[in-house]
Amino acid sequence: MADLPNTTEDLTPDTFVRGLWRENPVFVMLLGMCPVLAVTNSTVNAIAMGLATTFVLVCSSLLVSLLRHWIPKQVRIASYIVIIATFVTIVDYGIQAISLELYAALGAFIQLIVVNCVILGRAEAYASKQRLHTTLVNSLGMGFGFTLALLALGTVREILGSGSILGMPLFGESFQPWVVMILPPGGFFVLGTWLLLFNWLRLRRERRVLEQAGVAANAG
Amino acid sequence: MSVQVDTPARSERTPAWPMLRTLAGIATLSGLLVVLVYQVTKPIIAENERILTEQAVFEVLPEATSKADFILTEQGLVRAGEGASGVTVYAGYKADGRLRGVAFPGAARGYQDLIQFLFGYDPACECIVGSKVLRSTETPGLGDKIDSDPAFLRNFEALDARLNAQGTGLAKPIELVKHGTKSEPWEIDGISGATISGKAVARALNDAAQRVLPAIRQDLAILSDGAP
Repeated sequence: MADLPNTTEDLTPDTFVRGLWRENPVFVMLLGMCPVLAVTNSTVNAIAMGLATTFVLVCSSLLVSLLRHWIPKQVRIASYIVIIATFVTIVDYGIQAISLELYAALGAFIQLIVVNCVILGRAEAYASKQRLHTTLVNSLGMGFGFTLALLALGTVREILGSGSILGMPLFGESFQPWVVMILPPGGFFVLGTWLLLFNWLRLRRERRVLEQAGVAANAG
Repeated sequence: MSVQVDTPARSERTPAWPMLRTLAGIATLSGLLVVLVYQVTKPIIAENERILTEQAVFEVLPEATSKADFILTEQGLVRAGEGASGVTVYAGYKADGRLRGVAFPGAARGYQDLIQFLFGYDPACECIVGSKVLRSTETPGLGDKIDSDPAFLRNFEALDARLNAQGTGLAKPIELVKHGTKSEPWEIDGISGATISGKAVARALNDAAQRVLPAIRQDLAILSDGAP
């Protein structure tokens, strides 16, 4: 390590914030699509899934960062998977202890956090190279970014598909829920709409930056 | 020296020992953490399960305020905790200690996966007085109506489940009929849009009742005296 250039990051607000927005794992990096589409049919499920993933992400990133000089690179992926699987098992028992109904609603997707590429991606691309405190802040940012994205989908799908939010009815008796929204296709519809919005905002910002720099914006 | 290689390939070869040490270390740490969490959460999860079962039993047996667990064996019903293994049924008692009814589990394949139910049986009227879905992955808004549709749940206010003369099975098998065509007390009025899930209810109830109800009739005295 000593003869490599120093690539450790200094702690800045951006360490946290970029996970929320510029490098949002769902809306920008399009990682972890399986839980994003599968368990966001209600707000409660989205929050629970987001927090469970954040817990696993933060804990495994911290441990990977702590052990980064100790894990030979030939066995790093195996080590990361074991570390991640450990924390997933802990979350699995934790959710059963909190609420068995929630556990039943989330189904197999708790165990499937093991293969969530956001987490392995963070371990490989960030935690294994960075110091403990920046890893903590960065993985918290990524986790909250993931939770926010799940919430964005879950809230919209619950309002349209069940006419309620957090289980509380929003509309009167006459409201006919748009059932397709809480079925799998609804996940794709809502995700597509959010991606459209995110990309439109990003393009608009880029165009404004170009205009300010005095370059004529390309209409295409 | 013909080719100059930049990367210090040779010096980065890791001997087996550090790899072994790392994997063994991480696996040990992982095992310790998992066992610790398992030990801490085990009693809490067991308590959650107990509360969930109790709530379900009281839901399918209205007016019941306490319950006792029994195991269905080849010879009949025995109290739980006496070493017998088999299907657990739950006797529900009213506040004055009289038997209100018996809750028994049933399961059948629905539209997507196995649906698990709990049914309530009242030996006084020989009828089914409640149904609750314990676990299902039926389609929201369609198949999951079997646990929420008020008209469908009215089927289980007093669904006829009389035994035949020999007491070996139901006199009339419980069946699902098309919505609005129920004419006999042992028929379940279906839901349009949830035909497969509805059929699963009838099948689960019929299968479970054929097995459990004869044992309940045979050992009614044990159940009646079983108030906790």
